[in-house]
Amino acid sequence: MSVSDLSSFTPSSGPTVRAVKDPFHGDLLEVSMGPQHPSTHGVFRMVVTLDGEVVVKLKPVFGYLHRNHEKIAENTTYLGSMPYTDRLDYLCSMTTNWAYALAVEKLAGQAVPDRAQYLRVILAEMTRLVNHSCLVGFLFNDLGTSFTPLLYAFREREKILDLFEALSGSRMMCNFQRFGGCRVDPTPEWLAAASRLVDNYPRFLDEYETMLTANEIMLARTQGIGILDAKLAVNAGITGPCLRASGYNYDLRKVDGYGFYPRFDFKVPLGAHGDTYDRYMMRILEMRESVKILQQAFRDLPGGPVMDPKAKIRGFRPKAGEAYGRIESPKGELGFYLISDGTPNPYRYRVRPPSLINLTLLEEMCLGHTIADSVVILGSVDIVLGEVDR
Amino acid sequence: MLGSGIINGLIVTAKNFVGSYHDPKRMVTVQYPEERAKLPENYRNFPFLITENATDPMGTLRCVACQICEKECPPQCIYIEKSKDKKPDATGKPQLYPAVFAIDTSVCMSCQICVEVCPFDAIKMDQVFEVAATDRFTGLLLDREQLAKPNSYFHEIHPTDAAEVDTRLATERQAAEEKAKAAAAAKAAAAAKAAAPKAAVKPAAEGGPTA
Amino acid sequence: MESLEQIRDRLLARFPGATVTLVTNPGVAAEHSLLLDAAHGAELALFLRDDPALQLDYCSNATGVDWPDKEITDVKKTTVPDPAGGAPKVVEEKTKHVEPGCLEAVYHLYSMALRHGPVVIRLRTANRSDQVKLPSLTPVWRSCDFQEREIYDLYGIVFEGHRDLRRLLMWEEFKDHPMRKDYVDPDDYEWEPTPHAAVLERAKAHYPVPPAATPPEAPKP
Repeated sequence: MSVSDLSSFTPSSGPTVRAVKDPFHGDLLEVSMGPQHPSTHGVFRMVVTLDGEVVVKLKPVFGYLHRNHEKIAENTTYLGSMPYTDRLDYLCSMTTNWAYALAVEKLAGQAVPDRAQYLRVILAEMTRLVNHSCLVGFLFNDLGTSFTPLLYAFREREKILDLFEALSGSRMMCNFQRFGGCRVDPTPEWLAAASRLVDNYPRFLDEYETMLTANEIMLARTQGIGILDAKLAVNAGITGPCLRASGYNYDLRKVDGYGFYPRFDFKVPLGAHGDTYDRYMMRILEMRESVKILQQAFRDLPGGPVMDPKAKIRGFRPKAGEAYGRIESPKGELGFYLISDGTPNPYRYRVRPPSLINLTLLEEMCLGHTIADSVVILGSVDIVLGEVDR
Repeated sequence: MLGSGIINGLIVTAKNFVGSYHDPKRMVTVQYPEERAKLPENYRNFPFLITENATDPMGTLRCVACQICEKECPPQCIYIEKSKDKKPDATGKPQLYPAVFAIDTSVCMSCQICVEVCPFDAIKMDQVFEVAATDRFTGLLLDREQLAKPNSYFHEIHPTDAAEVDTRLATERQAAEEKAKAAAAAKAAAAAKAAAPKAAVKPAAEGGPTA
Repeated sequence: MESLEQIRDRLLARFPGATVTLVTNPGVAAEHSLLLDAAHGAELALFLRDDPALQLDYCSNATGVDWPDKEITDVKKTTVPDPAGGAPKVVEEKTKHVEPGCLEAVYHLYSMALRHGPVVIRLRTANRSDQVKLPSLTPVWRSCDFQEREIYDLYGIVFEGHRDLRRLLMWEEFKDHPMRKDYVDPDDYEWEPTPHAAVLERAKAHYPVPPAATPPEAPKP
């Protein structure tokens, strides 16, 4: 096979493993990883071209979980899309709900009461704990430490999900935020339980870090692997912990100051090398900062209603116009772009998925590394296929 | 020292391993189905319809077939056909009732929007999560006989919510009764006035309660 | 950050041949946008990225919007004086014209370096059928890579200068563009009876004999 053949190759067809010839590299092996591969975190597929064990070309293939979420949302009411947003990033439904509610509130000029704003911060930061715990657990699974670190992380995650269930009725499909506030007001018992959990969280992080952060095998496998250059990352729209691991300080909680984040005192952790290890550490450090935010939020949580009394549940029709609302979801910048034409359904509904755009530079990060490392690099980017494919 | 990180990690797992034999707090799993975790009160699964009276479930459905939930349901899993005739509801007011009320639980995504939009508190979320059927096509399509559950069951699964709904309905009923009484009194007064030779202006309150 | 009017004026001064129009947003958010002409789109975008005062180095969101052809009825009212000396008559003259639709690509630009934004820019195709080419902004912002592929996939805008313009979410053999407003979805979904008449009717049209043993009708009371 010639070079031109390689470039015109369409990855959605063809055998899963085949030999290709490259005039520069010589004999290569093209392997289709996924969509059922356990390390691809869902139904993601990478077509990797290997020189021995080293990746020389990597093409991601998407769409196996595509259900045209945007079209569904354009055919349903504004409120009707809210439960569908749970299914975008199904690990972080609370933040996805918030991002959508924020965009619609911006579109309709809807005010949110103080208590709801605090509650949103609390739930978003708890979601960050859930997401990052999961991520570090799965990252070690990708590294080959079969399941022990993952179940340690899941043990803590389950405690938070129990709280979400007690509050919203569902562990993962929370459907909790509404335009103008939150659906349910938490009871004092719930707040006390959540506050206790948050106070105990650093103990889990310490245990987890003792177990793994200094592990020599882990250091050897992650340091200097999958380096992401900050300048390139900005141009490629990489956001969230991946960008900050490369040392670029851009956190929407600070930049946009949406919600009540300007009222909280927290730091934005930054990496120095942009390698897999930095991306792992970024998650641990962000969890520690989230605990700080949560403690402040539980301390300052004001009373009052959680829903703006003027907000409409049924017959919600924003004025014609458009708005782009974005928040710092645990995976990066999650945005919703809405165009209203004055009808009950949005004219245009667009999700800016951080998981998808963070994969833009996957090939650059994986080139020259072994196939086992590319699995770890993909794990450290942190994707959820519900959001990638929408 | 090279390897100290691994050894420290192994100490942590060893502690957890030994601890799981002594400390019940470290046992984080439950042996389902012999043991069951307690469901939180807010837990929701699939919707059900509330009836006032357990002995006559179809006659005392709170649902008046207004079809708001059918319109608002995001995955469109509710199907309602209005009745042709009217039946008296709990307050004695004649209302339509659903001749057909079907929910396809294989499509339902348990989002609770039907509950939120229902102005009559007629549909609520159930907590039965062990749902299985041998027939994929019709087994999960629940009709109104399967969906109807008495108000006492609602009290069992969502006590706080049910108490709040009951007090609200009671006050609404009282208000309706008072209004009806006032309207009747006004009507009587009007009738008395009409009986008098000149007066023929009807009071605005006539027509009974519409709320 | 400068206002959009200032940016527009600077763009027009720098690129005399280009047309840049301000598109106002009547909504509460009041995020107005700049409509760039397709011929100069790429150079204008490059200027926006590299201009030291703007430094819009980060393209957050790139998306398509479909504006189908709109039939607009113009009502022209003329007052005709009655020759008989009565009250003048008002004669309504109705004419219809079709406002041609277009496909639009919308980009939300932010500056990570200067932490400002958004600047919303739009590019429009000439029509929705045969002239659907727009310049690709992927050479300017790498983040448009997958998003432009998605727009191509779901809306059918062809981005010239994109290095790898393939379908992103739908499969290669798929023909239509599902996010267009006039897209008709096929009726050959997997047979899945729901209580809804519309779904049933469509399914019946496609499957004359339902595979389910029992008729998938809503249960009779």
